[in-house]
Amino acid sequence: MRLSYREALNQAMCEEMERDPNVLLLGEEVGHYQGAYKVSQGMLQKFGEKRVIDTPIAEAGFVGVGVGAAMVGLRPIVELMTFNFSLVAIDQIINNAAKIRQMSGGQFKVPMVIRGAGGAAHQLGAQHSQSLEAMFCHVPGLKVVMPSTPADAKGLLKTAIRDDDPVIFIEGELLYGNQGEVPEGEHPIPLGKGDIKRAGSDCTIVCWSKMVHLALAAAEVLAKEGISVEVVDPRTLKPLDTELIFSSVAKTHRCVIVEEGWPFSGVGAEIAHRIQHAVFDELDAPIERVTAMDVPMPYALHLEELVVPTAPKVVAAVRRALYLAAPTA
Amino acid sequence: MNKSDQNAPTAQPENHEQQRALLGDLYRQMLLIRRVEEASAKAYAQGKIGGFLHLGIGQESVCVGAIAAARKTDYVVGTYREHGHYIAKGGSPKEVLAELYGKATGSSGGLGGSMHLFSQKNRFLGGYGIVGGHVPLAAGVAFASKYRDEDDVTLCFFGDGSVPQGALHEGLSLAGLWKLPIVFICENNQYSMGTPLYRTLAVEDVTERASGYALARDRFKGEDVLRVRERVGVAIERARKERQPTLIEVITYRFRGHSMSDPATYRTKEEVEEWKLRDPVPLARQRLLAEFAMPEDQLVSLEAAVKAEVQEAVRFAESSPPAEQESVWKHVYADPALDPRST
Repeated sequence: MRLSYREALNQAMCEEMERDPNVLLLGEEVGHYQGAYKVSQGMLQKFGEKRVIDTPIAEAGFVGVGVGAAMVGLRPIVELMTFNFSLVAIDQIINNAAKIRQMSGGQFKVPMVIRGAGGAAHQLGAQHSQSLEAMFCHVPGLKVVMPSTPADAKGLLKTAIRDDDPVIFIEGELLYGNQGEVPEGEHPIPLGKGDIKRAGSDCTIVCWSKMVHLALAAAEVLAKEGISVEVVDPRTLKPLDTELIFSSVAKTHRCVIVEEGWPFSGVGAEIAHRIQHAVFDELDAPIERVTAMDVPMPYALHLEELVVPTAPKVVAAVRRALYLAAPTA
Repeated sequence: MNKSDQNAPTAQPENHEQQRALLGDLYRQMLLIRRVEEASAKAYAQGKIGGFLHLGIGQESVCVGAIAAARKTDYVVGTYREHGHYIAKGGSPKEVLAELYGKATGSSGGLGGSMHLFSQKNRFLGGYGIVGGHVPLAAGVAFASKYRDEDDVTLCFFGDGSVPQGALHEGLSLAGLWKLPIVFICENNQYSMGTPLYRTLAVEDVTERASGYALARDRFKGEDVLRVRERVGVAIERARKERQPTLIEVITYRFRGHSMSDPATYRTKEEVEEWKLRDPVPLARQRLLAEFAMPEDQLVSLEAAVKAEVQEAVRFAESSPPAEQESVWKHVYADPALDPRST
């Protein structure tokens, strides 16, 4: 069936809530307002106020409520309107959710999903345009999921809800309206399993969430020049499907990593390290990265475009990896 | 007696015999906790345990009295000064000391340490080291009880030092808004680490915060363990029957520094000596002798049994096997196949 990314997420939550009475949704505007991005549209009518819970603007409070409720057996889905606001709840996420299993010697688990929009949208300025996945990936105890398509969004969210660990589920703010084919019925996707979004032989592009669509656009441009690009979408950043990435690089011998976040200590830096360490002899060129510029996001449209990754920047990076252009410094 | 003290409702009176048995048991618990704390301090001084060690000596009546008012199925969430709460909720001195020693037999198998004691079987939901950060979590535990239509109550302990912290206010706010079955218990020991109350709080009566969040409130002195039990008991029943959360402030005092590395030079010897006149442990003993005519030899044998139990716990901790290396990666994620050494 054809669904939008938004509808796919909604279906995943509804199906899991129908299946398991311990699953509930809480967050700002999720109920009566029908969701700030309409992801929870209709859920209040379907499940009532007991299970679809509007919260005040108190992220530390309601994320913490999710952690405590999860410790005693519920499976809360906590919606953050955007992941920028995770920063006011970061103590709950890093010090509580991520650590309780370990600190308690395995006595308590925290089966919760913290989900919401991430990444830049259009001209939202420095505080509303962040890609914070690297920060969450840095923390042991968290899993980090970033789907790029409606099918992945549904399959991964269902798995995340059933998972016994805290899952950071970052949705692409600009992907909610994207349409795509979603399999009928159950198709849970395991966390830690990547997907080849386009097969190719000359260069691997590792990318996730919104960046997959840039990479696919770049691949089209490059195909016209006779360059065959393989687009690898790990879908889950932690745990990471390194096997899929390594096998693709072993085939193409060249790699570009595209991420929407900042370059310094970015997820791409870690992936590049792992590639060079595991398949050093397979590489015919240095690994290239395309990231946001290392600056807070500016507001003006032309400046924002200067800062974020774009398809032409990805095309240029692939050319560098193929020694068709000068490498970056 | 302050105003809110006089206005507080009283719990059901019990007969003299029951009162005596109850106070005897609470005295034993307080003494046990004090002896465990003293044994910990000794082991710390000997270099046998590491990290931070925050002792609750002087405050035992608060955790013992409050938790004695709760059912076994009620939940307790504590701070990093939580050895006493852990024991009062049914945990053993062996588990506490072994945890401090970093042993496999500790409450968290040596992974938690002094600040992170947990017991699933006793519904003791931790020991947290970020001041005030556990308050929303405790509200979440109470939220789950309400969600499942269970009548368990959550007791959330915190110090006066966490009152300025934002997370505490978000937790109180949601508990009041959603009518959660929870009792917030501020153990006001007068100092936020080394800073006295008057330099951290513009309004020193912590329970003044209750009105803004639609919480019931109570405030009283904590040296009398029976009073603590009665007053917290009223709040627990209010939470259980009416789903009305309460903010309680218990005035207490710690006789030691904030942690073992704190010589507590910010307060006078006279001040400490004055508070020691209201030490809850000897106060309970005197009451047992004077008011309840408990024979002294009975108390002496109780005290000897406590001493032996703690000595045995120290022996247990010292002779237990060290925490297992495998445990380092075993408890990061639920799936045992997900080995953090390879992620």
